Formats: sequence, C-alpha cells, structure tokens
Amino acid sequence: MLAIMRKELADYFNSIRFLVLFLLVLVASGFGLYAVQQGIRATLEASQAVTTSGFVFLALFTAYYQNIPPLTFSLGLIVPIVGIALGFDAINSERSGGTMSRILSQPVYRDSVFNGKFLAGIITMTIMIGTTLLLVAGYGLRMIGVPPTAYEFIRLFIYLVITVIYGAFWMALAMLFSVIFKRAAGSLLIPIAIFLVFYFFWVMLGLGPAIANALVPAGSESTLETQIKNAEMQLTFLRFSPSYLFQEAFVMLLVPVSKGLGIITVAQAEYMIQNPLSLGQSLMVIWPHVVGLISLSAICFGISYIIFMKQEIRAT
Amino acid sequence: MADTLAIETKGLTKNYGKVTVVDHLNFHVKEREVFGLLGPNGAGKTTTILMMLGLTEPVSGTVRVFGFDSTREPIKVKRIAGYLPESVGFYDSLTARENLEFVADLNNISRAESKQRVDKVLEMVGLTKERDMLTGKFSRGMKQRLGIADVLIKEPKLIILDEPTSGLDPQGINQLLDLIAGLPGMGTTVLLSSHQLYQVQRVCHSIGILSRGKMVIEGSIDKLGREAMAGGRFVIEVEIAEPKAELADIIRKVRGVEKVEADGNTLKISTNSDLRSQISKAVVNSNALLVQMKLHEFSLDDIYMKYFKESQD
Repeated sequence: MLAIMRKELADYFNSIRFLVLFLLVLVASGFGLYAVQQGIRATLEASQAVTTSGFVFLALFTAYYQNIPPLTFSLGLIVPIVGIALGFDAINSERSGGTMSRILSQPVYRDSVFNGKFLAGIITMTIMIGTTLLLVAGYGLRMIGVPPTAYEFIRLFIYLVITVIYGAFWMALAMLFSVIFKRAAGSLLIPIAIFLVFYFFWVMLGLGPAIANALVPAGSESTLETQIKNAEMQLTFLRFSPSYLFQEAFVMLLVPVSKGLGIITVAQAEYMIQNPLSLGQSLMVIWPHVVGLISLSAICFGISYIIFMKQEIRAT
Repeated sequence: MADTLAIETKGLTKNYGKVTVVDHLNFHVKEREVFGLLGPNGAGKTTTILMMLGLTEPVSGTVRVFGFDSTREPIKVKRIAGYLPESVGFYDSLTARENLEFVADLNNISRAESKQRVDKVLEMVGLTKERDMLTGKFSRGMKQRLGIADVLIKEPKLIILDEPTSGLDPQGINQLLDLIAGLPGMGTTVLLSSHQLYQVQRVCHSIGILSRGKMVIEGSIDKLGREAMAGGRFVIEVEIAEPKAELADIIRKVRGVEKVEADGNTLKISTNSDLRSQISKAVVNSNALLVQMKLHEFSLDDIYMKYFKESQD
C-alpha cells in the first residue's frame, strides 16, 4: 500500500492537474485576503468580537467585503472540485491504460490499491488546504498584527481536518464512480452533477427548503407551532446536502459567537447573551455534522470496495 | 507427490451467465518446462490464466500453483508467478526504469537490489538504451519487451505469458523465443498462451489444446503427433527412383511394418517403431534405387487442425 501511495503522490505532484488545482487554491486565498483587507473591520464590529470575545484572528477566514466572499466560502466551493478531480479517474484510468492487471498480478491486495490512492489523495488535499490556510494566516498576521490565541489555533486546525474530511467525501464519491464507469468522462461528470445539485440547487437556489415548504406549508398567519415545524423541516432537508453540513460545521467553528444550529424565535433571541461558545461546546454542536460527513465517505468507500473486489480484471 | 507440479487444475469451471467459458478443466504443468496453451480465440485461455492468478474466481474446481490455491491464497501465488497480460500497459508519465522500479517496490524488493535487477532485465530484453525514456513514447513492440522485463524483475518461479509475441517484428519474436527457451535452464517454468503454432512448437516442451473451455489434448509435442495422426505409429516415407510393384510386398514382409501405401515415387510405410535401418536394408537388397528416406514428423499444425476440427464437429 505504501508503494502505491508513494507512486500516486509522485504522480499527483508532477501532474498538470495538480498545478491547475493549486493555482485555483492560490486564487481563492488571494480573494480571501482581499476580502479580509477590505472587510475585516466591519466584520469584527458586527460580531462585537473586538469588544467582547477577542476572536480577531479567526475573522481572517470569515471576513467578507460586499460581493467578495470570505476564504471559507471559496474553499467550500473549491474543495469538492479538488476532491473530484483527484479521484474521478483513480480506477478506470488504470483499467483503460492496461496497468490494472499488471499491478494486480503483483503480490498486493486489491484494497491496498484503492487505499493507497485514497490516502495519496488525502495527503495531497491536506497539503493544498493547509498551504492555503497558512498563506492567509501568514499574510493576515502581517496585515492585522494580532497573533492567534491557542484556542483560535486549535479551531483552525479542526477546520482543516473537517475540510479535508469534506474533500475526502467528494473524492470517495468520485472514486466510487471511477469503479463503476469504464470511461473517465462518466465518472467525472456524475460526481460534478451531484455536487451541483447539492450545492447550487439544493442549498443556494433553495430546492431543499422548497420541498420542505410543500410538505409542511406555513405562512405568516399560521400558528407558531406550524412555523417552527416548517423551519425545522427546512433545516432537515438542507442538511441532506453535504455542502450544507460542512457549511454549518465551519461556521460554528470559526465564528464562535454563533449560537447553536437549531431554531431560535425572536422572543428567545432577545434574551441571548453575545458571548462566544467554548471550544468544547462548539465541537459538541458540530459533532453530528462531522460524523455525518465521515459516514458519507465511509458509505461511498464501502460500496466502491464491494464492487471493486468483485470486478474481474481483464487486460482488454 | 515427488514431482512438484507448477500448475495443477482440477475440475476448473467458469461461466459468464449461461455461457460456460472454462468447462471442468483438468491439466497440469510440470516444473521447469515450457507449456504451450493453445486454442482458437474465445477458447478460454485468458480466463484460465486469470483464475490461476486469482484475478477471477472460478465457479467450481481448483487451481494450484506450486501447491498454493489461487483462489484462497492469491498473494502467495502472485509472489512466485509473473504474468504478462495480452495488452500490457505502463504509466506513460514514467520512464521505463521507473515503471520497473515501481513493480519491484510492490514486490518488496529493496532499493539497491531493484536497481541491479532493473539493469539486468532491461539488458535481457534489449532496452538498456531506452531505459530513461518515457514509456508513453514506446512503440508497441518496445512495450511488449518492457512487459517481459516487468515479469522477469521479480524473478518468478512461474512465468505466464498471454500472447507475448503479438505486435513484435520477426526479429523481436526470435529474440523473445530464445529468451523463453532459456528460462527453464534458470529454473523457471513458463506457461505460454498463444495461437501462433509455429512459435509454440519452437519453444514448448508440451502443449495443451483448449477448445470451448475443454482440454482436447495434452502432452509432449512429438508424442502427441504420433498418437494423434497415426494412432501411435511411426510413418516413414521412402522415395525410390524407379519404383517397382513388388517392392511394396518386400517391405511388407519386414517385421513390424503394418501398412504400405504407394504414391507415385514415394512409399508411405506405417510401422510400430523406428524401422528405418531395416527398411533401407530391404530396399537396397531388392536392388531398387533409394533416393531418400525420412521419418515423418507431425507439425503442430496437423495436430491442431485435427483436434480443432474434431471439436467443432
């Protein structure tokens, strides 16, 4: 497995694909930095962080300026694409290149081929995302001159881990289709289509909430009970999307002043105190999200495994 | 078992849906021999090979490679067996040497050892000059030769070659056949799947002909020829300058001669053993003019066509 991982890593780093993806990530961090430069003051004032909690450094990653999205938003868009790009031809390219039967006639287990590729992809993604975060952190530090506290550092690290898990899910999905489809075109397009559905249609264009509305209709004249039910249903449907899960998770992590993820009525909100959650509390809120993302990857992984193990490896 | 068998199959069966590709196949390959697996396209040769390596699971029956069950212990089998698929592929973005080093790495061969072996096998297949070239730029024949090197690098006890000569030029074929012929001397057993009869005949000690998933005949080439074509007899052809009718009768009287057929100047004599000296003596004693005399050798073509025809009927 290590041999395969080494080779795959070397392949990734030498490929044009990697270069393109890295440029994409660099552009994202550039955008993020610009957004920070323009908008960090406004963001901090809005969240009252300056006066109350002191999570200044984290704002580097969540600050936005008018139409320029924060770094976390760009990463949420780019990481799935990176994951899909790293995984979509993992198995079928070996098959069409005739190298699969050559590798599998060596004394290696089939799953180590799969695992080696997956591991190499995760390492590549970790390096990419880690570089981005360090880049922004470094430049941001120069810009704002406020060093991160230990808690901020831990939160950032967990954010890195969750982002890698999120990317790993998309890679596992792409690899699943690379096992099913003989051609790389199919295994590229279908994960991208799934991503588009769950990211743009489901969350951004509100397909998920729309379905919830249809199931539990609620208007301004309905009872509070129905309205809450409607809102909860909307949230449930939104959470079918891995992108939404990820989004909720990182917001809780990087914006400690945000309260839980449930429904809060206006009456309740009035009594809320604007102080940040502790790290443990934040983690507790997002724990189901993280578990959800991991199990999604595990499901993709499991299905790919079963199909791949049963497949016949013919040279032609 | 005193004699170790390199490959042994028992009742090996594989079907795809309702089509039975390999049908209760029983055969064995002895250690240090070159065994030719022959058969028309679709006879089940490649499927049989895949089952030997555990790349496909048989429906029933077993394959054993040096005593290891290929279905249950594929890793142990793959450690001692090298396989060259029909259309071998390499990573186009790696050089010949890197491709081989990767395979060595998969076989847990140490760095230093793998460097040595790479140089050695590349020299064996004549690719020393091209070792730092990207395999994406290799021609079909070069890839095929690199494939052989790829198999040799792990120094296997058993080498399985699936149509190794396809895509090679005549010179390349000759080199490859010489290489294969030399392998048993190094302690390696070779299983050669092919439908190039001439090549198989040149290097193989014994052959098996597959047709529709069944082994129609198996054994050493010269023995097979006699058994198949002449019912176990020897056929001696005698050419006479001016044939006389009574000569046939004289030859018939030689002990061991079973049948004499005259065909123009040639007499075809069936015997139960090699009676060339006795027959020549009889011919010369009868004052006939002997032009030439030879023991008829059956080519693989004859055997192949006969069995292939039979199994089609």
